[in-house]
Amino acid sequence: MRYVISLIFVLAALWLAVSGVYKPLLFGLGAGSIALVVWLSLRMDVVGIEHNPGLYFPKLFAYWGWLVGQIISANIHVAKRVLSPKGIRPHIIEVPVPQHTAVSRVTYANSCTLTPGTVTLDITPERMRVHALDDVSAQGLMSQEMAQKILWLESQSGNPRVTQNQTESAS
Amino acid sequence: MSMVYVISVLLVFATMALALIRALKGPTIYDRILAVNVVGTKTVLVVALISVFSGNGDLVDVALVYALINFLAVVAVLKLARCGDLAAANVPNGSAQQASSTAHE
Amino acid sequence: MSNLVIDLISGGLLLGGGVIGVLGGLGLLRFPDFYSRLHAAGMTDTLCALMIITGLILQTGLSLLTLKLALILLFLLFTSPTASHALAKAALSDGVEPLEQSPKNPDADSADQGASSSNT
Repeated sequence: MRYVISLIFVLAALWLAVSGVYKPLLFGLGAGSIALVVWLSLRMDVVGIEHNPGLYFPKLFAYWGWLVGQIISANIHVAKRVLSPKGIRPHIIEVPVPQHTAVSRVTYANSCTLTPGTVTLDITPERMRVHALDDVSAQGLMSQEMAQKILWLESQSGNPRVTQNQTESAS
Repeated sequence: MSMVYVISVLLVFATMALALIRALKGPTIYDRILAVNVVGTKTVLVVALISVFSGNGDLVDVALVYALINFLAVVAVLKLARCGDLAAANVPNGSAQQASSTAHE
Repeated sequence: MSNLVIDLISGGLLLGGGVIGVLGGLGLLRFPDFYSRLHAAGMTDTLCALMIITGLILQTGLSLLTLKLALILLFLLFTSPTASHALAKAALSDGVEPLEQSPKNPDADSADQGASSSNT
């Protein structure tokens, strides 16, 4: 129930921010569409702690800042490779996925795809296959720096679900 | 400043042209879908640029909706190319679905 | 004065975003196989969008428009890796072979080299 309320709150804030026209008719339409989205989300069974927008709230912005830095440096590297395509060596590597929850595994795979030079091909709970453009991009991922950042993001997010999953995967 | 806008819109158009060449040439169908995806992303940027440049704020909503529709379109076209049927329940020959989390109670 | 500085920064970001976009498009044409083209497309999806939207946000100042532009950026950055991953996975399960190159033998000189054949 807590998550339904927080979902309604976020959707209402989004509607008010994007709409910009404050008339009774539009408030009614907004309430109707929020009700529709909440009903569909409940039907899809996706309302829960993993989909809580505030799950990683304070740390998420620090992580995004770091990720933007990574994206910029990776882009500069790929841009150099575009200008001299002889230097590329596309190959597939496998890296371990140390995260415990599904959300942080998805975050890891998506962050890896978001930085140019590495694209996630397949992911299992333990490992993922990554297509790397050349050795420098592969090294950046093999150093596990991004995985450590997401472990940091995952830690002390203060919910019982995470610790429960941790004990499950540890045993 | 308006010169800067014109040049950046032209640069984005040049990107779209390069992507279109790849879409026409692309040996596999996935190259074509990839190029069309790039064209869609650039369309969002062009609409946003024109919106701010012309001072017509309503156009930003168009860009916002296009960004969402573009993603849905790419996934739908991908499924259509893969299965030949948008309503197909299971993808042929697909490897194991990504391990999903335990459903919440 | 500060207005001029903001104009300069946002102009630089807009032009830089455009140049990154063109480089990504060039990579889309020059890279030898589908999977390396994904990286070039990723370049146009991430930094190009990031720089252009940031430049526009600097121009608009603080208003409802700023929030909408930030939302566009958020949606683009959330959806583009998902689309790339879906494309890569679909191509892989459809049997498009990744081109594996040995470091000593770079033969990626032609742009229209097929994804399947790499005869030296």
